[in-house]
Amino acid sequence: MGKQFKEKAMRCVFCAAACACIIAVLLICLFLFANGLPFFGKVDALSFLTGEKWKPTNGVFGILPMILGSLYVTGGALVLGAPLAILTAVYMVRFCPKRLYRVLKPCVALLAGIPSVVYGFFGLSALVPFVKETFGGNGNSMLTACILLAMMILPTIIQVAESAIRSVPESYYEGSLALGATRESSVFRAVLPASRSGILAAIILGVGRAVGETMAVMMVAGNQARMPAGILKGVRTMTVNIVMEMGYAADLHREALIATGVVLFVFILLINALFSVLNRRQTQ
Amino acid sequence: MRRYIQNFRRYPGSGLLHLICTVSMGLVAGTFLLLVGYILITGVPELKWSLFSLEYNSDNVSLFPALVNTLLMTGLSLLIAAPLGIGGAIYLAEYANRGSKLVKAVRLTAETLSGIPSILYGLFGMMFFVTSLKWSYSLLAGGMTLAIMILPLILRTTEEALLSIPDSYREGSFGLGAGRLRTVMKIVLPPAGSGILAGIILAIGRVVGETAALIYTAGTVGNLPDSLMSSGRTLAVHMYVLSGEGLHVKEASATAVVLLVIVAGMNALSAAVAKKLTKG
Repeated sequence: MGKQFKEKAMRCVFCAAACACIIAVLLICLFLFANGLPFFGKVDALSFLTGEKWKPTNGVFGILPMILGSLYVTGGALVLGAPLAILTAVYMVRFCPKRLYRVLKPCVALLAGIPSVVYGFFGLSALVPFVKETFGGNGNSMLTACILLAMMILPTIIQVAESAIRSVPESYYEGSLALGATRESSVFRAVLPASRSGILAAIILGVGRAVGETMAVMMVAGNQARMPAGILKGVRTMTVNIVMEMGYAADLHREALIATGVVLFVFILLINALFSVLNRRQTQ
Repeated sequence: MRRYIQNFRRYPGSGLLHLICTVSMGLVAGTFLLLVGYILITGVPELKWSLFSLEYNSDNVSLFPALVNTLLMTGLSLLIAAPLGIGGAIYLAEYANRGSKLVKAVRLTAETLSGIPSILYGLFGMMFFVTSLKWSYSLLAGGMTLAIMILPLILRTTEEALLSIPDSYREGSFGLGAGRLRTVMKIVLPPAGSGILAGIILAIGRVVGETAALIYTAGTVGNLPDSLMSSGRTLAVHMYVLSGEGLHVKEASATAVVLLVIVAGMNALSAAVAKKLTKG
């Protein structure tokens, strides 16, 4: 028995370890849905999703302001951050001198690794006063959150877009050069279109990060639970709604927060699905 | 430089595109310098020895207990996630048939896990470990939550490291009559070691920076823990609490420097270790 048994046993052990991911996802789904769904038995799902008022003390639960808040803040961050990140990725792959690249690459990696509280702290003590002086308002606003989130999603998009652009065969670039195109138009007309789905995947990953960001947004966005009124007014996202009120919520209020988590989870699952479809298309 | 100007004269459109790319890169580099510079300039003058005293109280606002908690939390989550992640990756890379249903399911769920935002991990940890298992706010509950969070990262990096080992190693080992287990343990794992280590170091970086997943699982008590079942805040949570109160902005900026140094150190270490792998 000895050796044969040991081989079989270890195979089972490794297999069990591989299943840990599956179990974790099942548990997360189970707990989120089991704790969140009963809420929809007590409060109408439609009025929860489209209600414009969030007054937990009066039993009024509408998370439309938070859904819109998440969408606006993410959209703003994308508008500010995505073009910058993609152009930087192009620069890093095609135009960057080697010595600069050796500095730039670790800098981007460090940006990706800086904790979100540190971003939040920077936003709170530097960006908020800056926005207040330059654009008016009290500084804790949608605009501030957009700028900060744009900074945070830069490294995510740069890293994925860079590897997407790199994965395009060199022959595309060289073929275009041989036809007499300049370096720049070869990159933008031949290489970029070929890496389209990879770049889109990078943007989607950035969206996922922006939608899920909590601490940094909470520290700069003002967090008023009302319909977003303008880019210089405060805004509250779904993530912030959960983390701000979970500490003292009870009963129906607590269930409403978990239901907010369920809505967020569904958003994230959709974003994930889109990302993996696009990513697969790029590798093919 | 002259070449660029010449290029710009002959093909203004192309020159413009080049310029736009360069400016974008400049803006990103500027963002980096602004962020890191701001943290260092505001934080370094605030670093004092009293920040590292053994006991936390509202006078010294010591970050030392939080530092110890961070170490404990890192150790705890790695203790759970590293064996699971490495074992799972060994199964995916060495045992399973590529394209089998189980492999697909593991890939899909690992991808899903790495996309879930930390606040949802926090929510799950609170409902499962804190409430259902009745662990209350504790280092253990926080560590378990973070272990699930870093599991996909360790799984993926380990799998990549294993797949980068040439098949000839395995064939040579089988040819000499070694079994699969021996081949994995003695032949495949050692050269993949630095790649695996690089992934683990990245995971440590994520644990150190995590806040949202810990507030409602490990709690925010500022002192040294008595046991794994007592609440304690990590450095990132400590910093969040300080900047939220608005009274200890100086201490918060000093903590930001400590966090930044740890994360930069982890990144550098991971890159150095990974480089060793490619050199062989």
